[in-house]
Amino acid sequence: MRLVEPVVELGRGLYRTFASMFEKPVTIQYPEVKRPVRPRFRGRHVLKRYENGLEKCIGCALCAAACPSDAIFVEAAENTDEHRFSPGERYASTYEINMMRCIFCGYCEDACPTEAIVLGDNYELSFTSREQAIYPKEMLLEPVPDTAMLTPREVEPGKFNRSVPEMKDSQD
Amino acid sequence: MDWITWLIWVIKSLVLILGLLTGFAYLTLYERRALARIQTRIGPNRAGPQGLLQPIADAVKLIFKEELTPAKADKLIFFLAPIITMVPSLVIAAVIPWGTSVRMFGREITLYMADINVGVLYLMAIASIAVYGIVLAGWSSNNKYAMLGGLRSTAQMISYEISLGLSFVTVILLADSMRMLDIVEAQSGLWFVFIQPVGALIFLTATLAEVNRAPFDMPEAEQELTAGYHSEYSGMKFALFFMAEYQKMIVISAIAATVFFGGFRGPFVDQIPWLGPLYLFIKVVILLFGMIWVRATFPRIRYDRLMALGWKILLPLALAIVFITATGILLAQQFGAAFMWFIPVVSLMAGFVAVVAIDRTLRRKYHATR
Repeated sequence: MRLVEPVVELGRGLYRTFASMFEKPVTIQYPEVKRPVRPRFRGRHVLKRYENGLEKCIGCALCAAACPSDAIFVEAAENTDEHRFSPGERYASTYEINMMRCIFCGYCEDACPTEAIVLGDNYELSFTSREQAIYPKEMLLEPVPDTAMLTPREVEPGKFNRSVPEMKDSQD
Repeated sequence: MDWITWLIWVIKSLVLILGLLTGFAYLTLYERRALARIQTRIGPNRAGPQGLLQPIADAVKLIFKEELTPAKADKLIFFLAPIITMVPSLVIAAVIPWGTSVRMFGREITLYMADINVGVLYLMAIASIAVYGIVLAGWSSNNKYAMLGGLRSTAQMISYEISLGLSFVTVILLADSMRMLDIVEAQSGLWFVFIQPVGALIFLTATLAEVNRAPFDMPEAEQELTAGYHSEYSGMKFALFFMAEYQKMIVISAIAATVFFGGFRGPFVDQIPWLGPLYLFIKVVILLFGMIWVRATFPRIRYDRLMALGWKILLPLALAIVFITATGILLAQQFGAAFMWFIPVVSLMAGFVAVVAIDRTLRRKYHATR
């Protein structure tokens, strides 16, 4: 047995490759089948809303300050009870992220006092021009389930005065 | 020699050449799918059902690619080299018999292009011509890597052609003829692979080296030589080299099937001659799978070991095999046909000695490096 070891080893190699032909392929047929992302995956940003449909973002621009690549641009404006976007005094009238600068570090997520900006699951971020690389607020905002919850909207006065909600520790 | 005979020849050669060209296209797909399955992937399955249109997509891509000629290349030879490589791989198929003959349109039509009585010699001669194209391609592109690839190719082909020729000799001895048809007819009882298993193994090993397939794909070692002799080729000229390589694979598998695995012979082939091409096709597909399988399994062997294997193991073994075969045939003639069993038994013993020699060499090298 020891003498014919070269042949035995060649045979073992051939057997191994042949046996692997009958294993299930690991290929995922990508555009049709997508592998679910990990819980802490950092994909495209999403601007979250409260359950009543008001935007969480209060336009404080802490995310823009935290951003190491200066990809975020925020401009704030005043809320009124007749024309309310978010709880508290102010909301983001302009919110733009330049996806060519963003490095998906997640510092904006950490900096946000209201947990408004979250790095989501979407990783399919292709664009064909530099202008398309700038994602405006309309693209980033979470969609609402029905039109009554759209912002801006009229609310009863004095109810939404607190801009930063009660916080819990994050779960994962 | 009327004009219809000429017409039949033209049609037969057209069918053969078109068959080889389509065979090449689908062999690339076959190889990619088989390799993918071995690596537990799926392989190309997007273009058409199960990726069946992938070869067409590849062809279109290659045709529309830009063709570059290096400024300091020898233009004429640079242009001729792909053709010199390509043509022999088509021409060589002429002597392979796909069957005996069929009756069509009131005529007896033979299922082979030419039935020359030195068929095996023709095969050897044409197979050697292809190396010219590779060497010339390497030399004329005026690139050091291409040159090295071409030179390696020459050295490798010359080394392995001797073993290849000697294993052909065993077949000639067994069949007592050099005609391909006679060789096939001689295997109607027992395939030569059973009478001369070691010869068949040497043949298959040497053909791998002859068509530059892994693990002997030294001339086109991507990592060391940036693809070797065809580094400077692009577009359709590269496609010709590619084509030549794959057609040589098909043709050499057909030759292996013909000389060792009974050619077009199989059950009921005498009653229904159309089964002949089918049997040969199946055998070729199985042998091609063997080549792909070996490629998926073994890493490329080092150049000096390649030469050592060719000259120190395969050549003496092939010589011994020829001697044993001749002795066995003489014994069978003298003392009765039962002595034919002398050939496989003693050949396998000689093969065992060769394996032990490899083992000893490897062990010595292993201990020397400690």
